[in-house]
Amino acid sequence: MSTVLFDVPGPRARTRYRAYAVVGSVAIAALVGYVVWRFFDTGQFEGRKWSWFEYKQIQLSLIDALGRTLSAFAVGAVLALLFGAVFAAARLSDHKWVSAPAAVIVELFRAIPLVIMMFFFYYGLPSTGIKLSAFTAVVLSLMLYNGSVLAEVFRAGINSLPKGQSEAAYALGMRKTQVMVLVLLPQALRAMLPTIISQLVVLLKDTALGFLITFEELLYWGRQIGGQLQFGRPLIPTMIVVAAIYIGLCLLLTWFANYLEKRNRRNKKVIKLDEDKAKMVQLGEASGVSGTMGAV
Amino acid sequence: MGVLTRNIDLFVHHFANTLKLFAVSGIASLLLGIFLAMLRVSPVPVFRGAGTLYVTVVRNTPLTLVFVFFVFAYPYLEIIKFEFFTAAVVALSLYTSAFVCEVVRSGINTVPVGQAEASRALGLTFTQMLGSIVLPQALRSVVPPMVSTFIALLKNTTVAAGFSVREAGAIRDALSELGEDTLTGMLWVAAIFVLLVMPLTYLQRVLEKRWSVAR
Repeated sequence: MSTVLFDVPGPRARTRYRAYAVVGSVAIAALVGYVVWRFFDTGQFEGRKWSWFEYKQIQLSLIDALGRTLSAFAVGAVLALLFGAVFAAARLSDHKWVSAPAAVIVELFRAIPLVIMMFFFYYGLPSTGIKLSAFTAVVLSLMLYNGSVLAEVFRAGINSLPKGQSEAAYALGMRKTQVMVLVLLPQALRAMLPTIISQLVVLLKDTALGFLITFEELLYWGRQIGGQLQFGRPLIPTMIVVAAIYIGLCLLLTWFANYLEKRNRRNKKVIKLDEDKAKMVQLGEASGVSGTMGAV
Repeated sequence: MGVLTRNIDLFVHHFANTLKLFAVSGIASLLLGIFLAMLRVSPVPVFRGAGTLYVTVVRNTPLTLVFVFFVFAYPYLEIIKFEFFTAAVVALSLYTSAFVCEVVRSGINTVPVGQAEASRALGLTFTQMLGSIVLPQALRSVVPPMVSTFIALLKNTTVAAGFSVREAGAIRDALSELGEDTLTGMLWVAAIFVLLVMPLTYLQRVLEKRWSVAR
């Protein structure tokens, strides 16, 4: 099949592609081989550096750390979804005195780096007498940042529904709340679900920022076990394990988002969104960092 | 106000480092990202596979983990020694390039195949087609999300504060050493970030409105 850039190859192009493939494979193999050789040469694959895996206590502490990461993710996700729903509703309000402050708050928390928020809650607030645990600081920052992004996603989702939906509902004599809850929200939520889940992937990755404020999550665990002299400082082995867990979890969520997107496309109940607007949601109008492809 | 005016040198120095980090890793991730996008749209399956693998792995790895690897774990491999600043640039560039790649790739994919087929039918060469048909159209849908990616990069530079780089995120540390009020100091840091990010957000919105292509 021809793509935008390349036509269907003819016999000469096919030979050329085959030559490129050989050269490319050699180059990639050389690069990967060099890295693996560096790992091997510095003894990262030695049994001693992996022996920590045999200790029951370390296995248990790994499960504890994973549990803390997951609970920060779960609590942060629920709070962010709530925050997002409340502020999306507020921004969509017809009353200026409700929508204006909500807009300011959402814009503000999207512009402040998450790390600064975490530092603020964990290191800054104690001077006013409010002492927060690292877990609370992480969860609060995750809620404020991702909640603001989600608020934009929700709002864009509702705005991208065809106007006829709300007009018909009003014509039937529904009140504003009824229109929102019974007509707009169910359709928008279903259409926005893939985007919402990709934002949750971002939230999961961002729990690792807790490392910077000594929240004892997965990455922190990896650093601690990795520094132990009795196993020959196995930092690279532990980082490989930690990375595999993070990537596995995120892929699981991403796969779920893709599955939902596919199911949506087949489902006739899902209303087709106004294409341009829906694309804007995905390409970053809603946050600049959300969407199936823009999520950073 | 006092915290800011008393330590203005410190703020300027740290934010200058933030901007330096942003500029250097921005350019590096742009170059690497375009290269990865080239791999991902190439007609050679091996290149596509390599590009896809890189993007999938990096996009699903937390940035903090990339930082921990390059600052603490990488030295064990005894390849080239990095300073903290260089390590931060490497971590940020490798991470952001995966997102740049996706933006560029999906931008190219928004150009309808018929456009390229028509230009080939007219006898345009590959470079002519790329230069006057595909890229001008792709650019319009690439730039707004690219600005978003760079906003994210600017905010992500603060992660380097946890890894001994003296940038905006590290202002808190420096202030508390001086015995200053860190709470107010951090509110200033947050405010300056808002000031830096807002124009970019505004630019992104304007471009998005003005450049949205009617198809």
